[in-house]
Amino acid sequence: MAKVVVVTSGKGGVGKTTSTAALGAALAQLGQNVVVVDFDVGLRNLDLVMGAERRVVYDLINVTQGIAKLPQALIRDKRLERLALLPASQTRDKDALTEDGVARVINSLKQMFDWVICDSPAGIERGATLAMRFADTAIVVTNPEVSSVRDSDRIIGILDAKTVKAERGERVDKHLLISRYDPARAARGEMLSIDDVIEILSTPLLGIIPESEEVLRASNLGSPVTFNNPSSAPARAYLDAARRLMGEDVEMTIPTEKQGFLGKLFGRRAA
Amino acid sequence: MNLFNLFKRQGTAPVARDRLQILLAYERGSTRGAPDLLAILREEILTAVGRHVEIDSDRVNVRMDRGDKVSTLEVDIEIPNTVRMAPGGGRRKRAVPAHRSAS
Repeated sequence: MAKVVVVTSGKGGVGKTTSTAALGAALAQLGQNVVVVDFDVGLRNLDLVMGAERRVVYDLINVTQGIAKLPQALIRDKRLERLALLPASQTRDKDALTEDGVARVINSLKQMFDWVICDSPAGIERGATLAMRFADTAIVVTNPEVSSVRDSDRIIGILDAKTVKAERGERVDKHLLISRYDPARAARGEMLSIDDVIEILSTPLLGIIPESEEVLRASNLGSPVTFNNPSSAPARAYLDAARRLMGEDVEMTIPTEKQGFLGKLFGRRAA
Repeated sequence: MNLFNLFKRQGTAPVARDRLQILLAYERGSTRGAPDLLAILREEILTAVGRHVEIDSDRVNVRMDRGDKVSTLEVDIEIPNTVRMAPGGGRRKRAVPAHRSAS
């Protein structure tokens, strides 16, 4: 049974698109059939982060309006066939997206893939609510910073109220993905700690993505960080998070760039 | 900053955590159906006073401070001494400042 995942946050710039690309790629690397869907109509960027910006012909709105067939709009990743992208429209206005249209597209995608990962736009407007509307699972991307945590709290409230699952009296499975985390600053008390964020949002943790230069390097190249440098700290963090999404029990660690003394001492499970 | 702080060199994260906890406790209440008591009080106090005297909105000062355990609402309404109280109240238009009705 295919799973529909929404990657959301409320606040912009916290790493939704980066995380959608990295988790989608990581799941594909782990053998899953994955499609990542960009819901950011008018400001699409998932195509760019995935390195497919020059291959976009049709988009999500074209499909919902019947102008293009779904297979025509899907862009298969050149590095890994199992991974596909459904881009957002860059030109249409966001009201062109309808609930019925999105429902039809998501249902078709569920027949074709194991995972349908929806990259939500920032905010709490139509695009964001439609991206989460049909989700079974939500990944709330949060930076350890006050405005991001507040907006995540708001989004968690909306996930519990405005999704199809919530309206049926069921629960969307919610997970926190804390990104741009700096363990050294947190240890000095300069940054909210992981425990602080989990306690405030009372939502279970999917993963901790350390602040890293690798993320920008990967997006410069149009390659999800798990493809570009699989042994880097953020890539390992995303791969661990992907395993947890698949139901594996993976010990929660904060990967570091270089294998330090502690890392050598305690070792790491082979990826 | 006192000397104690100099030696302790505490980070700012605990402040962030406390501010968030207070704010979110309030926002969760107000966005999930529970009425915001302070906002209701503010409205009702201003309406009640406004029934008897004309309130100049420039001379009303409302301050709220939501704390962890206790919140405070401070309503500071300036009423000129020249105002004659409307007899019986309830009819706002009657509450005309004395100096104007005299002219």
